[in-house]
Amino acid sequence: MPELLEVKDLKIEATSYPPGEDPVRITIVEGINFTLERGKVLGLIGESGAGKSTIGLSALAYGRGGVEITGGQALLDGEDLLAMNRKEIRAIRGAKVCYVSQSAAASFNPAHRIGDQVIEASLRHKLMTKAEARERAAYLFDILGLPEPESFGKRYPHQVSGGQLQRAMTAMALCSRPDLIVFDEPTTALDVTTQIDVLAAIKLAIEKTETAALYITHDLAVVAQVSDDIMVLRDGAMVEYGPTEQIIEQPEEDYTRALVNVRSIKHQEAADQKRKYFEMSGIHAAYIGGVKVLNDVSLHVPKGQTLAIVGESGSGKSTLARVATGLLPPMAGEVRIEGEPLPAALKQRSRDQLRRLQLIYQMADTAMNPRQTVGQIIGRPLTFYEGVRGAERDRRVQELLDQIEMGEGYIDRYPAELSGGQKQRVAIARALAAKPEIIICDEPTSALDPLVADGILHLLLDLQKKKGLSYIFITHDIAIVRAIADSVAVMYQGELVRFGPKSEVLSPPFDDYTDLLLKSVPEMHLGWLEEVLATRKIESAGN
Amino acid sequence: MTPQSLFRPFVAFSRQFPLAANILRRLLLSFVLLWAVTVMIFIGVEALPGDFATTYLGQSATPEAVANIRSELGLDQPLLTRYVTWLGDAVSGDFGNSWASGQSVSEQIGKRLGNSLFLAFFAALVAVPLSVGLGLLAVRYRNRIPDKIINILSLAAVSLPEFFVGYLLIMVFVVTFPTAIFPSTVYDGMDFLTRLESIALPVATLVLVVLAHMMRMTRAAIIQVMSSAYMETAELKGLDGLRIIIKHAAPNALAPIINVVALNLAYLIVGVVVVEVVFVYPGMGQYMVDAVTVRDLPVVQACGLIFATIYIALNMTADILAIIANPRLRHPR
Repeated sequence: MPELLEVKDLKIEATSYPPGEDPVRITIVEGINFTLERGKVLGLIGESGAGKSTIGLSALAYGRGGVEITGGQALLDGEDLLAMNRKEIRAIRGAKVCYVSQSAAASFNPAHRIGDQVIEASLRHKLMTKAEARERAAYLFDILGLPEPESFGKRYPHQVSGGQLQRAMTAMALCSRPDLIVFDEPTTALDVTTQIDVLAAIKLAIEKTETAALYITHDLAVVAQVSDDIMVLRDGAMVEYGPTEQIIEQPEEDYTRALVNVRSIKHQEAADQKRKYFEMSGIHAAYIGGVKVLNDVSLHVPKGQTLAIVGESGSGKSTLARVATGLLPPMAGEVRIEGEPLPAALKQRSRDQLRRLQLIYQMADTAMNPRQTVGQIIGRPLTFYEGVRGAERDRRVQELLDQIEMGEGYIDRYPAELSGGQKQRVAIARALAAKPEIIICDEPTSALDPLVADGILHLLLDLQKKKGLSYIFITHDIAIVRAIADSVAVMYQGELVRFGPKSEVLSPPFDDYTDLLLKSVPEMHLGWLEEVLATRKIESAGN
Repeated sequence: MTPQSLFRPFVAFSRQFPLAANILRRLLLSFVLLWAVTVMIFIGVEALPGDFATTYLGQSATPEAVANIRSELGLDQPLLTRYVTWLGDAVSGDFGNSWASGQSVSEQIGKRLGNSLFLAFFAALVAVPLSVGLGLLAVRYRNRIPDKIINILSLAAVSLPEFFVGYLLIMVFVVTFPTAIFPSTVYDGMDFLTRLESIALPVATLVLVVLAHMMRMTRAAIIQVMSSAYMETAELKGLDGLRIIIKHAAPNALAPIINVVALNLAYLIVGVVVVEVVFVYPGMGQYMVDAVTVRDLPVVQACGLIFATIYIALNMTADILAIIANPRLRHPR
């Protein structure tokens, strides 16, 4: 029996249009070969820019944006998809090969009901009648664990949660009984506690329907749970390709080893955590006209230490940061530095009070003015707080750039000319420029690739040691908490469920939610998913 | 009762029926706007320099004659009294009598408004489908020759002042190649076809003026929608091009297109003063300009109010249609 999908010597190029110059051809992917048997799952793994999505989409003969597949073959049941005309390839898409994207929330059309979108491809390709398709959709909703499978399809995309939408998108892909599904980071946008359910649902659905899959992700621990084989990619080329067990347990290449052992930080938790340097006590907060988001939250962080706040989206952890910075004045409660209360609202705080508390955001991209150079971005707080200008300002900016390990030659660059990791470093330098005492880090590494994120965490810890900074580190990633925190606060639906030294919070006995959270973090060994599902007590609130 | 408990039923209502609540809010806003406009028109007209009596009497404006006319027209009453009387009459459709001709303003306006609507209707009939069609065409051939030609021509048209476009058309189609009728005067008892023929030039001018705006908005709205992830989903389902555009792109591009169309329809009725004057077309615009020159206040006020009402009503309709087109409001969580 021939292979279902055989990709030979794939070459993918893009055309870029630098302003004022002639268009340039860039090779994105070159020399990729793999085969996939019926019913098997191949994991494609790599950092962003590795070309994994581009390769996945070649199974649908689709190039996103200006991307063009210019060489090689993609044989589906022996027929070359890349040689087909538009009409032939349309007959394959949505019928034999389907696609599940990273953001189901954006990939569903907001104007139509979920059910109609799920069965659309099956009807258009005349694979089944409307009644059959509806029945199959309900069956798929059921095995994917969606509520009220019979009527779920009547809802509109905005009426269901992100995790449910991601499962519905899987149902949409499975509906036409395709031979192959391309999963493009299907759980990356979800909370860990939700991710695990979606992951389990996808795995079960793949097994039950005997569909083959290309599973694209940057998270090796995730792909280890679902795939039979793994291909590691870097800069559009193959690094390593083999059975999952071999890649995880005996990686041959250095790069793969680095991915497997990405969390290299070991941080000794501070012994004395009693001194309340920065403190929030009895915080209650709500948005206008909305429900209460924070209910009686009290916590503190000593000087030179890191407090990690963990919880899923909607748990109130970012709201806590907004209250601390004065962006959202609380309904009750107080924020104090060294025992001195800070005014509740941002506008009432003095310049010096503002200086002491700085913020680093999740998306460095949107937190910087794209029309300002690195020098202007970092120099602004220098001028604002200290009145430093001109050559002195440039000198100080360069000093800060040295501290974030970026060196010469960046002052005149614009954010668009920097990589994701460099942008986040510039954001850190901007916070440092104010000479703060406390920095609130709101998921500063969650948009970054694991190796880059690791570098940022190292940098933050170094700076903490040198300058005695206190961090309030908001994250949903327990692995990061383990790596950098001194104390930990666990948030669940607006309440503080657990707070204390890391060693205590992360040791049993656990409350139900902390237990769920800890168990949901993907671990880099085979069979982890099954073990966890067998021992869970409660479900995530995001489901 | 605390203020909060007073608002609670409204909050509960808007949670349960966001669509109805939004539409009601929009309607309410329109009425508030309209009332504000009546105040502004009344005060604005009051503040106009010059005085009807002096203008009307010209050289023979003795103080007694002026005072006579003023009291005859009720101008000696306090401002507030005159405003309330005027508003009360206007609501019941009575705009008083023209000071210049002594005839009923409502009657005169009825005919003029009909003419203006006639002109606007045919301009819209050509401009809306043409601009939406050209917008679609521009998207279909995006960044290629047809797109560029459409863009350059429509931008050129919108960059020229409308009176210039009007005179240009007159020069070409009346002076050089006498094919069109000028002036575009219409009168009672004119048969439909002749009427159409005589408005050809003003319609063409108006179309040229509003085309680019609507075309570019349509193009931008569709391009915006085409680049969203759900369009890729549709493409990867193997749907054909036409279905993708009609079923998946159009419903989501509707709101911005409706808005720009409404804005331009309003312009076609309200903003045609210059075009009507250039083509000597007996519409509302020209009526208002004539009234302003002789300080015929009831006419100016009535025209201003009707223009404002049309403008507000069209924008409100567009907003309400856009609200209805939003599935999030139609189907709350």
